[in-house]
Amino acid sequence: MRQVTERPESSSEPRAAESAAGAQKPPAAEPADGRVMGPGTAPAVEGVKAPAAAPDSKPVFAVERLTVSYAGRPAVREVSFGIEERRITALIGASGCGKSTFIRTLNRMNDLIPSASVEGSVRYHGQDLYAPDVDPVQVRKRIGMVFQKPNPFPKSIYDNVAFGPRVLGMKGEMDEMVERALRRGALWDEVKDRLKQNAFGMSGGQQQRLCIARALATDPDVILMDEPASALDPISTGRIEDLMFELKDRVSIVIVTHNMQQAARVSDMTAFFTVVVDDTGHRHGEVVEYDETEKVFTNPADERTEAYVTGRVG
Amino acid sequence: MEAASIAAAGGPRPNLTRGRTPRSVGENIIKALLFLAALISIATTIGIVVSLLAETVEFFSQVGIFEYLLGTKWSPLAGGDQKSFGVLPLISGTLYLTALGLVVAVPLGLGSAIYLAEYASPRARRIIKPVLELLAGIPTIVLGYFALTFITPVLLQGIFGIEVKIFNALSAGLALGVLILPVVATLADDSLRAVPSSLREGAFGLGASKPQVVLRVVFPAALSGIVAGLVLAASRAIGETVVVLVAGGANANLGIDPRESFQNMAAFIAQTARGDIAAQSVEFLTIFAVGTTLFVMTLILNAISIRFVRRFQQVYE
Ligand SMILES: Nc1ncnc2c1ncn2[C@@H]1O[C@H](COP(=O)(O)OP(=O)(O)OP(=O)(O)O)[C@@H](O)[C@H]1O
Ligand SMILES: [Mg+2]
Repeated sequence: MRQVTERPESSSEPRAAESAAGAQKPPAAEPADGRVMGPGTAPAVEGVKAPAAAPDSKPVFAVERLTVSYAGRPAVREVSFGIEERRITALIGASGCGKSTFIRTLNRMNDLIPSASVEGSVRYHGQDLYAPDVDPVQVRKRIGMVFQKPNPFPKSIYDNVAFGPRVLGMKGEMDEMVERALRRGALWDEVKDRLKQNAFGMSGGQQQRLCIARALATDPDVILMDEPASALDPISTGRIEDLMFELKDRVSIVIVTHNMQQAARVSDMTAFFTVVVDDTGHRHGEVVEYDETEKVFTNPADERTEAYVTGRVG
Repeated sequence: MEAASIAAAGGPRPNLTRGRTPRSVGENIIKALLFLAALISIATTIGIVVSLLAETVEFFSQVGIFEYLLGTKWSPLAGGDQKSFGVLPLISGTLYLTALGLVVAVPLGLGSAIYLAEYASPRARRIIKPVLELLAGIPTIVLGYFALTFITPVLLQGIFGIEVKIFNALSAGLALGVLILPVVATLADDSLRAVPSSLREGAFGLGASKPQVVLRVVFPAALSGIVAGLVLAASRAIGETVVVLVAGGANANLGIDPRESFQNMAAFIAQTARGDIAAQSVEFLTIFAVGTTLFVMTLILNAISIRFVRRFQQVYE
């Protein structure tokens, strides 16, 4: 089986530092650089952006003229843009404009929908994800996904996190891998005494962080999040946002959100999708604008973007 | 305050009181009929249990309970010294035949369920599912004679060259397997399909392959329903009469050689009740004792399955 890509050499060295540091401090509250970010207190946008805007940022995905159709009807059309490595990219837009459809093409989740078909190309570190010899299972091993509704498996908390490493046949001490993932998911302190309990007994916010931890356990290169906080209260949402900041020095994150403040708070880049009605009356989604988040929110190029981000249109 | 002012405003007061309209009379009659239906079902159940128990008590006034439960020789219809009331051979024969049936039905049934729920195209499903349901509709007497006239002589003795008796456990067990296969397959298919697709997506999203998703996530998530189906199938096999009567023979056998003739409890009851015995004789009363035993066994099995299902059931919202 061909490897889709070499795994970026990020994994081993920062991890050692983390498990040492993670032991004394609550991971959710403080990002790596020591700034204090309690839940709800959003970091200053400039402060977050500075490191990400570094010029050495490379594309992790290059999407070109991507059209996704269900049963032959385009749901998103002619999408072209690049998603940068180790930054947070937000996808915003009204309901039904194809954000979920788009994000699912990035790890070939759409393969699971028989009626879905994809045209155009998605390059991941330069490799065409839809080339005939690419195995979607290999793709998903590197590109994890977190869904709108928390979907823990009906197993223990431990087994949920261990699931990924087990199916991937990852080598190493499983207890350590589970602990590390739970720490990175800012959940360790809450669950360390009940790892053997069923994950269904957790709160919704904990379940969602478990799903993030579960995705992190396989040490992915990219995490796709489709409205990960839409079912959560502001405190849980804040925790997940904090978590995203901590992750992004190692992982590229793409997040779909309906929450404008959230997009403005967390993301470096923003893509705005909208529904377009074509000549034949069919509705499909398109990308209207893709730029630095600050630009999209303060000085958008397209008036539809402006109308949406300022809340003047649904 | 507000209500008072509305009333003061002086609109016509709406009539909200309960009246004896024709509609309410009709509703009461329907309610009474439905209650009667429920009452009759309950009364029937109680009647069956009471009559069963009364005759069983009578039986145990003539035969010691330990002689019955622990004895290893079952020949209640024999004459003189040969008469013996040890029920163990019947119980073990029942369980043995059921086990043979399950050995056939569990792998085939679960295999078809997994195929149907997780792999089959909608078209394949549209063909296979009705065929399974057709299989469930075959009368057991047909299955019994199929075992006697095809499985035993052609399949076992002919093709496989196994030296089985005309009436034998292997043939009856295979037929029992065919009998309960649709139960296992249909219920397992239902529970697999009831597993929310979000779990499948979650597992795929972690880089699991299709077999890993199915075996490590979907199957365990559906386990409580699958086990409930297996228990139901086992109860059917335990209580099955005709197939065992026709293909299994009439030998209360404590052994485990599948080539031999075996009898189960239900087949014993059918055979004895058909035979020429005096009412209220001890031979006659064995029918009720065995019936009660069978009833208790099925009850225990169901109780276990309910506990199991409760314990492992997941509530997906
Ligand atoms: N499995 C499917 N089969 C057919 N059509 C689908 C399927 N999934 C989505 N669509 C259609 O594709 C279009 C885009 O849907 P999508 O779910 O991608 O939108 P979205 O932007 O994620 O919306 P929301 O914000 O409500 O989640 C919609 O018109 C939808 O009806
Ligand atoms: Mg969506």
